[in-house]
Amino acid sequence: MNAMGSLILRTAARFLLPLLLLFSIFVLLRGHDEPGGGFIAGLVAAVGFALYLFAFDAARTRRIMAMNPQVMLGLGLLAATLSGVPSIFLDQAFFTAQWWPFEVPGIGEIKLSTPLVFDIGVYMVVLGSVMHIVLALAEAEE
Amino acid sequence: MLIAVLSGFMLAAVAPWLTRSLGDKAGWVLALLPALLFAYFLSWMPAVMHGDAVVVHYPWIPGLDINLSFLVDGLSLLFAVLISGIGTFIIIYAGGYLHGDEYLPRFFAIMFSFMAAMLGVVLSDNLITLFVFWELTSITSYLLIGYHHENKEARWCALQGLVVTVGGGLALLAGLIMLGNAAGSFELSEILGSGEILREYPLYTAMVVLILLGTFTKSAQVPFHFWLPNAMAAPTPVSAFLHSATMVKAGVYLMARLNPGLGGTDLWLYTLGIFGALTMFTGSFMALRSTGVKAVLAYTTVMALGTLTMLIGIGTEEAIIAAMTFLLAHALYKAALFMLAGALDHETGTKDILKMGGLRRLMPITFLTACVAALSLAGLPPLFGFIGKELMFEATVTAPALALFTAGLALISAIMIVAMAAVFALRPFLGDLKETPKKPHEAPLSMLIGPVILAALSLIFGLAGFLPAAALVNGAVASVYGTPLDVQLYLWHGFNLPLMLSVVAVIAGIVLFVKWDRVLELFARMPFIDRLGPERGYERIMDALVWVAEWQTRVLQNGYMRNYLITIVMTTVVATAWTFFVHTGQGVPLGEIDFRIYELVVVGLVVAGAIVASVTRSRLGAVATLGLVGFGIAMIYVFFSAADVGTTQIMVETLTVILLVLVLFRLPGFQNLSDTSSRLRDAAVAASLGGLMTILILAVNAVEVAEPISDRLVHWSVPEGFGRNIVNVILVDFRALDTLGEIFVVGLAAIGIYAMINLRAEDKGK
Repeated sequence: MNAMGSLILRTAARFLLPLLLLFSIFVLLRGHDEPGGGFIAGLVAAVGFALYLFAFDAARTRRIMAMNPQVMLGLGLLAATLSGVPSIFLDQAFFTAQWWPFEVPGIGEIKLSTPLVFDIGVYMVVLGSVMHIVLALAEAEE
Repeated sequence: MLIAVLSGFMLAAVAPWLTRSLGDKAGWVLALLPALLFAYFLSWMPAVMHGDAVVVHYPWIPGLDINLSFLVDGLSLLFAVLISGIGTFIIIYAGGYLHGDEYLPRFFAIMFSFMAAMLGVVLSDNLITLFVFWELTSITSYLLIGYHHENKEARWCALQGLVVTVGGGLALLAGLIMLGNAAGSFELSEILGSGEILREYPLYTAMVVLILLGTFTKSAQVPFHFWLPNAMAAPTPVSAFLHSATMVKAGVYLMARLNPGLGGTDLWLYTLGIFGALTMFTGSFMALRSTGVKAVLAYTTVMALGTLTMLIGIGTEEAIIAAMTFLLAHALYKAALFMLAGALDHETGTKDILKMGGLRRLMPITFLTACVAALSLAGLPPLFGFIGKELMFEATVTAPALALFTAGLALISAIMIVAMAAVFALRPFLGDLKETPKKPHEAPLSMLIGPVILAALSLIFGLAGFLPAAALVNGAVASVYGTPLDVQLYLWHGFNLPLMLSVVAVIAGIVLFVKWDRVLELFARMPFIDRLGPERGYERIMDALVWVAEWQTRVLQNGYMRNYLITIVMTTVVATAWTFFVHTGQGVPLGEIDFRIYELVVVGLVVAGAIVASVTRSRLGAVATLGLVGFGIAMIYVFFSAADVGTTQIMVETLTVILLVLVLFRLPGFQNLSDTSSRLRDAAVAASLGGLMTILILAVNAVEVAEPISDRLVHWSVPEGFGRNIVNVILVDFRALDTLGEIFVVGLAAIGIYAMINLRAEDKGK
């Protein structure tokens, strides 16, 4: 597929990938108040990597992802599951949300919470799952 | 208490590492845990020996009435003491028996899990918790029986045990749920007091039958007894543990436990009495036919289980005292005998009694211990087994019903057991020394300490009957009978009918022992006995199961996507439509339809796209028009201000295109494979689902059953979820558990697809 990727596509992909990833993180973090969230953000990031895959090849996409999608999938599930655990120690039902908001001067209030950890877990599962499939298909092709 | 029950699981987690690092001494060190538990349970003794009960309560899933609550009374303590006490010796013994075995670390891990599960069964107060532990014993014993997993026969035997006990477990679960509903509580401590309500319960018969199916399979009662001798495939320490104090006694435990609640009816008396007595007879008869050291003991275990079931069924004061005494006596001598059988097998290299002989000089301690334990098995004074047997005879002759039947079978069984006890204790040791595969010598200390101490206890308890009577049996009898009784256990009961029966049994038994070789010849000429066994039935059922599985796989899992879709869609349509129209009757309420012109345009585009996609002759055209459908639906989401859902839809559409591009070149050329009639059928299926959904949505808009939950979620979103995006608040906070389930599905699907793609790639590579 490497030979087929056009110069324009490759150049575009190289610039679009970081932008899409940044956008996906933006979507992920604003998700609690504005449209967005882990699911959508994970799909946005997956589209970015898929674009990169088209422009280059599977091996290079794996390298730039830095983490095996299968591992990312597992870690995402782990993070999401663990985010339900703190409430147990506070004698509340499993998955009762915990909030630790704090003020950062100049930026504003940061809402650190277990739902945030959960959403990051969802993000990783979605991104990991999609890339796991897409990369497998691309590698089977090669 | 929680730690005491669960400590076995904790140790199981680290046991493999401990075993490797401790080397030779692993058995001795690991045995410290059961020894500590034994001491701990003994310390509870004063609190419960007069029929009191202590309930220790830890909430687990309070919303479902499922608690980790533990009931400590005489009965559960008797079992807990036996499990931990005998467990201690078994662990030491296993260290010697399986010395140097490569799977020993795994063995200890499973063994401790099993022990913990067993303690959980006998100590649970909550029915559901009890059931969970019950199934855990089935699963761990499956792993133990199939320990020699490279051996096909061992795997088969293990599977048989699992299928029989877990099959019974399903019935048990249904029975326990009925029991909990009938009594209005899932706590045993509350259920047992409501015997009146239980016996009046309209479904009493069904409930008892279901529970008994569970206990009969677990405790190897006729006709389910066949799995137990096959469980001999396990290494001897496992057999010794499973058959003396644990696994198979779980069923007996549950029957004894539920006796105050369910007992006292004709159904209970006759079912337990008849099946117990038949099992007792079958066990001793089959023991008489066996020549393997472990097989003989396995069948005498079947006999003992039958006896206990029968005694619980009879349910009189004498019977309950007899049952608890017999249970203790049996656990002591059976564990000892099994460990000795293992020592014989280990040292001589054969399991066949006929091939052993003259070992008395080479293995004197084994010989002496075997004699003591076998005397207890045979029920001879001054051993504890004698007291148990006397009480058992007394209970059968004074039974309110079935007295002749049970006493008669008890006498016949006793004769055969006396003979087999003599065979076990004398044949391998007396006579001339026979050539055996290994050169025999005395077993190591680790393999003798258990049997010696247990046999000694059989003797001490027999001579000093007041010791166990005051402590173990008294408390257990109080829990099973419902009210405390004054239990006195003495060797001498005076000249009475039970003593006469014992004398007859011993004399006839000795005659049978002398003529045993003749008896074996006789049996050898009657091979039809094997064919009569219920094991054939088990095989038939398993064959039928496999046949049905293959048939339904052929029919349902035929590999055609279109057939799956038709099945799923038609099932949904028929089930939903039937329910819907039955409940609405004739008049289906339809809501007002109110739409804007741009909505109509988008819907028109979606419909047009769908039609084109299904008739087009170009693959790219189909992909493009399906994309139109997807983006159109995304637009509709946006119109109804579900921006999140709309965005997700667009992303999914985009990814679908990417995936399609990846596979497009791999697809075969576009062909029209379906004829007109199958296309018409597909159209009908699609139209029926579409039509049904349309009617449903219109109806949903027209009827308001309850206040919609969406209003409240909107209201709660900011104050409770600290978020203004309601969809996200629901996903990650309000319904986080649902989302967790969904992302697990997503992950599993990804792994499944990955496996499928690689499978195809591998096939091509070949």
